[in-house]
Amino acid sequence: MTALNVDSLCKSFGGLRVTTNVSLKVEPGERRLIIGPNGAGKTTLFNLITGELRADSGSVTLFGRDVTWLPSRKRTHLGMARTYQIITLFARDTILHNVRLAMLGLSPLRWNPLLALDRQEHLTDQARAALARVGLDHIAARPLAQTSYGEKRRVEIAMALAQNPKVLLLDEPFAGLSVDERQDVGKLLRAIPRDVTIVMIEHDMDTALELADRITLLHFGRVIVEGTRAEVVADPRTREVYLGE
Amino acid sequence: MTSQATARRVAIAVGILALIAVPYAIGEVYYVNIASQVLLYAIFALGLNVLVGYAGLVSLGHAGLFGVSAYVVAYLLAAGYGHTLAIIAALAAGLVVTAGFAALALRAIGISFIMITLALGEIIWGLAYRWISLTNGDNGISVAARPAPFGLSLASPRGFYDATLVVFLIALAAAAIFVRSPLGAALCGTRDQPRRMNALGYHVWMIRFWAFMFSGLLTSIAGILFVYYNEFISPQALALTASAEGLLMVISGGAGTLLGPVVGAALVVIVKNVVSAYVTRWNFMLGAIFVAIVVFIPEGLVPGAVRLTRSAWRSAWRSAGRAKSAASIAGPKP
Repeated sequence: MTALNVDSLCKSFGGLRVTTNVSLKVEPGERRLIIGPNGAGKTTLFNLITGELRADSGSVTLFGRDVTWLPSRKRTHLGMARTYQIITLFARDTILHNVRLAMLGLSPLRWNPLLALDRQEHLTDQARAALARVGLDHIAARPLAQTSYGEKRRVEIAMALAQNPKVLLLDEPFAGLSVDERQDVGKLLRAIPRDVTIVMIEHDMDTALELADRITLLHFGRVIVEGTRAEVVADPRTREVYLGE
Repeated sequence: MTSQATARRVAIAVGILALIAVPYAIGEVYYVNIASQVLLYAIFALGLNVLVGYAGLVSLGHAGLFGVSAYVVAYLLAAGYGHTLAIIAALAAGLVVTAGFAALALRAIGISFIMITLALGEIIWGLAYRWISLTNGDNGISVAARPAPFGLSLASPRGFYDATLVVFLIALAAAAIFVRSPLGAALCGTRDQPRRMNALGYHVWMIRFWAFMFSGLLTSIAGILFVYYNEFISPQALALTASAEGLLMVISGGAGTLLGPVVGAALVVIVKNVVSAYVTRWNFMLGAIFVAIVVFIPEGLVPGAVRLTRSAWRSAWRSAGRAKSAASIAGPKP
């Protein structure tokens, strides 16, 4: 069964067509890289897949289940998790609390107005474990506002991983990172087991290429090329889009 | 138990004992009544703070909710029903109207939310003022007597203070439990990053709705205490100025803190009643105090006091440390 099936998705903002007939089939365990120049509609595509935007037409299917009309919170409960290109974290709270909120979102406990959250040891322990996976457990108690940009990027990933997703959508996980930090995050992403399907947007190809099984090139909201790493890199249309020949 | 937890328990016990001792300490009936007012407005501010401080939704219509429960009590008592029925019906009516407020206002956030709550509050005020056959209009409704739960009379200022204190402590405990709960944490999350919360699997609208209901419950309780305190209700209590005063309490004390609204309620009630006895232009005084708070401690009195104490501690600690290291450098030579 296909993990994520996007079928002829369209979206316009007024007269601007940002997504035109985009179709993707991502197999379970696959690492799919979506590339394309600025304004190609990569993040819009993510927002359509996660349900933050409603598609004008087309469908999104998650493990055989049509989720096109489900609100994004329900897609999360079905095993979709995402990170944001622009860091979207809880700045007033500690790193640990950020990750704990991610896990609480999937727990029925989130409706409980009586129990003390701090006493829910299992949540705290799991949050620590998720932070250990991204190498941040030693600063779990630090307020988020006092962490570096690179650490915040890793908190984003830890929050998504903490939800044990079946399909993980990463929106430019390397954005704004130094060369060393890119390598660390790359190592971290490679360590994610194959039962998690990953769809990743990346602007910068160098670090991301080696992670990808298959690549989809978007340009002006359309799929221009799709194929294996070698196929896409060798394709003349890729050069045309990126080098403007 | 850690020393911090012990310290907290001791502080809570001292605080409760101090509140019990207030009427004995001040003695004069006039001031005991003001202390009761502080507590009942503190419950109102606690309710408003759930929305303003923790949900990040500023309401300018809470005096309307406050008024609904107060009018229901007054109306039912005047119609000859008992206190128990009047109070239960008032809470139920307060919650129903709150649900209506929430359903309409939560379609928006930010300025639009403020405007919708303002409009809804004004509708309730308009009904109280103009639906004369029901509310007796500007003349208001009088309440013949206060209740006597478990045979304890609330007719005396002290009796009423004690009863209000019990209700206040329950409300404060409820707010404290709510804030520390998973739902409370989720509510703060929807205040800071609603989009992220949605993507994390939370039902943002429903979380805000329940917060609104909790806020409305506390507000209704305050309204019931208000009508029994004054033994009278008129449209004035529901006016926009009353909603604005509630906001003043929350913001001056510290929105999004547990004790901030309580301190803010004390400030506003005391300035209104006590200072007005000495200064004719007490409104000016209240305004000046509010401006000073916004300029010098914009986070509010309670978090501001915590910040100032901490920085004072830190500088004292640092100068002590400097003296010690200076001593060790200059220390005895072999």
